[in-house]
Amino acid sequence: MTTWPILSVTTFLPALGAILVYLLARGGDETANRTARWISLWTTLITFVVSLILVARFDPVQTEFQFVEKASWLATGITYHMGVDGISLPLIILTTAIMPFCIIASWKSVTSRVSEYMMAFLILETLMVGTFSALDLVLFYLFFEGGLIPMFLIIGVWGGPRRVYASFKFFLYTLLGSVLMLLAIMALYWNAGTTDIPTLMHTAVPRNMQTWAWLAFFASFAVKMPMWPVHTWLPDAHVEAPTAGSVVLAAILLKMGGYGFLRFSLPMFPLASHDFAPFVFTLSVIAIIYTSLVALMQEDVKKLIAYSSVAHMGFVTMGIFAVTTQGVAGGMFQMISHGIVSGALFLCVGIVYDRMHTREIAAYGGLVNRMPLYAFVFMVFTMANVGLPGTSGFVGEFMTLLGTFKVSLPTTFFATFGVILSAGYALWLYRKVVFGALVKPSLASIKDLTFREGLVLFPLVALTILFGVYPKPVLDMSAASVQQLVNNYNTAVTAVKAAALVAQ
Amino acid sequence: MVQAIVFLPLLGAILAGIISLVGAHARNPSGDTVDHHDDAHGDAHAHAAAAHDDHGHDDHGHDDHHVSEPAAAGSRAAELITTGLLFVSAALSWYTLVQVGFMHQDARITLLPWITSGDLQVAWTLRVDTLTAVMLVVVNTVSSLVHLYSIGYMDEDPNRPRFFGYLSLFTFAMLMLVTSDNLVQLFFGWEGVGLASYLLIGFWYQKPSANAAAIKAFVVNRVGDFGFALGIFAIFALVGSTDFETIFHAAPGLTGKTIPFFGWQADALTLTCLLLFMGAMGKSAQFLLHTWLPDAMEGPTPVSALIHAATMVTAGVFMVARLSPLFELSPTAQAVVMFFGATTAFFAATIGLVQNDIKRIVAYSTCSQLGYMFVAMGAGAYSVGMFHLFTHAFFKALLFLGSGSVIYAMHHEQDIRNMGGLWRKIPYTYAVMVIGTLALTGFPLTAGYFSKDAIIESAYAAHNPFAVYAFLLTVVAAGLTSFYSWRLIFKTFHGTPHDEHHYEAAHESPIWMLIPIGVLAVGSILAGFPFKELFTGHHGVEEFFRESVKMNPHILEEMHHISPVIAFLPTVMMVAGFLVSYLFYIRRPYLPVELANQQPMLYQFLLNKWYFDELYELIFVRPAKWIGYQLWKKGDGFVIDGFGPDGVSARVLDVTRNVVKLQTGYLYHYAFAMLIGVAGLITWFMFGLGGQ
Repeated sequence: MTTWPILSVTTFLPALGAILVYLLARGGDETANRTARWISLWTTLITFVVSLILVARFDPVQTEFQFVEKASWLATGITYHMGVDGISLPLIILTTAIMPFCIIASWKSVTSRVSEYMMAFLILETLMVGTFSALDLVLFYLFFEGGLIPMFLIIGVWGGPRRVYASFKFFLYTLLGSVLMLLAIMALYWNAGTTDIPTLMHTAVPRNMQTWAWLAFFASFAVKMPMWPVHTWLPDAHVEAPTAGSVVLAAILLKMGGYGFLRFSLPMFPLASHDFAPFVFTLSVIAIIYTSLVALMQEDVKKLIAYSSVAHMGFVTMGIFAVTTQGVAGGMFQMISHGIVSGALFLCVGIVYDRMHTREIAAYGGLVNRMPLYAFVFMVFTMANVGLPGTSGFVGEFMTLLGTFKVSLPTTFFATFGVILSAGYALWLYRKVVFGALVKPSLASIKDLTFREGLVLFPLVALTILFGVYPKPVLDMSAASVQQLVNNYNTAVTAVKAAALVAQ
Repeated sequence: MVQAIVFLPLLGAILAGIISLVGAHARNPSGDTVDHHDDAHGDAHAHAAAAHDDHGHDDHGHDDHHVSEPAAAGSRAAELITTGLLFVSAALSWYTLVQVGFMHQDARITLLPWITSGDLQVAWTLRVDTLTAVMLVVVNTVSSLVHLYSIGYMDEDPNRPRFFGYLSLFTFAMLMLVTSDNLVQLFFGWEGVGLASYLLIGFWYQKPSANAAAIKAFVVNRVGDFGFALGIFAIFALVGSTDFETIFHAAPGLTGKTIPFFGWQADALTLTCLLLFMGAMGKSAQFLLHTWLPDAMEGPTPVSALIHAATMVTAGVFMVARLSPLFELSPTAQAVVMFFGATTAFFAATIGLVQNDIKRIVAYSTCSQLGYMFVAMGAGAYSVGMFHLFTHAFFKALLFLGSGSVIYAMHHEQDIRNMGGLWRKIPYTYAVMVIGTLALTGFPLTAGYFSKDAIIESAYAAHNPFAVYAFLLTVVAAGLTSFYSWRLIFKTFHGTPHDEHHYEAAHESPIWMLIPIGVLAVGSILAGFPFKELFTGHHGVEEFFRESVKMNPHILEEMHHISPVIAFLPTVMMVAGFLVSYLFYIRRPYLPVELANQQPMLYQFLLNKWYFDELYELIFVRPAKWIGYQLWKKGDGFVIDGFGPDGVSARVLDVTRNVVKLQTGYLYHYAFAMLIGVAGLITWFMFGLGGQ
């Protein structure tokens, strides 16, 4: 057993770092900026190392929550309750692993209000880790919704020219979802007398209420995911966000939706999930085909990748709501893989953006002639985005499709079209940006990756290939929890079906 | 040892890749600032000029790349490492063939678990049985010779480490494909060779046509893979495993089972086989999914020989042979296989009749020969199809490398209309090209004679609804093959030179290139008779292939009992094709021109490849783009945003425009709303309003 609250330490270390930045990096001059950067880097690195202790001590066979911390907090039934299982731990590690890259990626590209920027990122990290480790609904809600504030700041202060529009759009979508979720949380409390998540997972919710609660949670998570048709905030948010903001958004914030489905929708409302599965399948398939087609026509690099993210998240929702072992495990894996790959793709865009200050595809072409290392790295991530076997992108896509086939053949059939379309848009982008002759005078003196940029990208290349060839560490970590989730769901659904038969 | 065969090429690829990247990085400065007053301007102009040069020529896909860049550092090292490792691999492969084929020492080596989740258990496993061993020999022999040839052919190219890295990477992926023990690993190799093919077709990335061809190859293959992937899912749903052994064991029990497919109760085995065959059609460029192969000739010629003739494109044939226990159970699927094979054999041959690019003629010929192989697969004569795969690898690689030698001699001229009379200048290349042509057309006692005639016989003997169709088309195609092959020889090597300048400068290729084509020429003769019994003899196949393919139990026997008239027919067609070609291009050279003028419709139809590219552009590419654009602008922009956030925000803005500063307003709104929410929630709990 743990002797120290290792989960809380992981969660709040970044906040501590933010306080340090606030105290030590004042003034806004170059020294202060440097201090802010180094404090942030070390904080995120230490947090990552601490989170690795979680991995080392985690028992993947056990299906109960681990590293549980519980303290009385607001009122009866509302406690400070933290813990992880195989579904949340991979996402926590993803978060702590991505953050140092974000800090390094912002090292030179952010020059104004550096310490505020770093503080926003560190607080964001606390809130994200907290979201994944909270085991109390109110606590979860605080972390979940609170995480949007630093993200707003990041887009709104350090973003591009249309940042106001983007953050406003984000706001409208999220507000709707969060209000509904809040109502559902109240309803759940009313039903069970507690907001404790493990207790709620074992409390049967009346059939009728399941439907409404499911819809309310769905509204919030579908926006986060984002699912079609509530996805239009994402391309705008990505386009306006600074590079590291896009990375966090794509790599981690989107995963909160998927995590929500796995943590709340399936275990707490299995019957409603069963009823609504065809609905989710439909939205997922539309997302995959629709957004892939839209991605084909984009003129902005970031928008293209953002649309492709929506398509990839379609595979996740499809797999999750198939509720087969491979579907859910595949959805989990796809989230981790997408976190690495899409994060890396946005970093790649950031690298040329820092040099050329444009995201227009037409402004590039022939980069391979002067940026061979960049071309190599970008190729690896493009292929992972396409879902080439041997990269992590394949495993998740393959498993979700395989897991859905048994449940709904038409869904799999149409979703597999995504495999063709993704090749179309990703290779087209690569060709327009990287291949070709370097004829544009503006690009004539562009230079290849620096050591710092290589330091960010090459570990991600290694991870992409490692998890493509040997995904076992990730799959094993979540296997037991996924299996239990699927079993519980099946038990609940079968019981109702049996009851219906008896009633007839 | 199997590990060595498979992973030595990977090692070569990684080393060459590192050499290439390190070298490229050393040549290109790194830095995250852009200095606009840099000397690099001149450099970029040089690039631009070079690119422009290329552009001027590339309507015929020239192998042209005169960039006056210095060779990359470590080029020689990369060449020697990759080529050396490949030769080791090739030697071990032949040894393995003997071990497995004659000593019956099959092997299965599990390396690592790959995807494990519930009952899905996929492992990285190397499986070697006779079918695999034959492929190992084909792949590594041709690959090592092509590596050697490329040392000469690519000697002016500045990016040789990258080229050799790609070649070895391709070889590794192909070896993973043929040694796979489950469908998922097969898929890995399948897409891996697709990646390598994409990279190599687009090797000269400054040429727009090469880039377009590379993308086309990848995307069209993905259309096939769409079916392949669904086939894997279907098998897993039926059997609960992707391992070959488990699938084959369970297959007989699947007859009569159905899968509901959009309201239609499809026969499970037939549907699965057809889906998997769709993958094979893409990879092996069969009718309807063939359009990428001719365009793939944009790649360097050694690539065409290795990937687009001898190895990768035969992966589809290998897949059907590997899955023969499934296909044998579904006569409908076999009928479809035979139909597409025969159609492709004929269709590609008709296009080959009128093409003028030397590489494209050979490419269409490849397409057509792959059709032959599928005919044998459809007939249930899997070993016979594999026989043609085996012999074809030698003579088609020979024809491509020989064409490369011609192109090299002619300074990157590929249009046969500009050649002629070359036999005096490059007699060695001429001789080997003639050997390759003899083998391709099925001249008695050459390799192609045994394998191709066996296929035509198997089509005749098969009990397949399309057997007669396939027999007739393959016989006709044999005549067409002979015609266009000799046309190529006559127009290239005989007659009078059409381009004096190039003719005068023509010279024989360096020894690096002549040795491999010599070896392949020997193979084109010897790969036939000595192997005939093993691939087509009743007892030979049983002893040699054993369990690795599941033959139709009667096909070989019946093939041996067909009338000699039928068996002689392909040879008659071959002679006829030769005579017509001789008449057209040696005796009466004005005849083809007159014919083309008399039948302009037919000529244009063939010259434009049955207008498939135009048709696909019209029904797939343009609508996809149009729909994408409409969905983006109308769907996302007008409907979703218009009625969603933008519409709402416009109303909100009307109210708040003068009240709140926008930049900060929304954030505070949001934080405020959230705080109110939380406060409300807490209040509610504290005062027990919601509690019991």
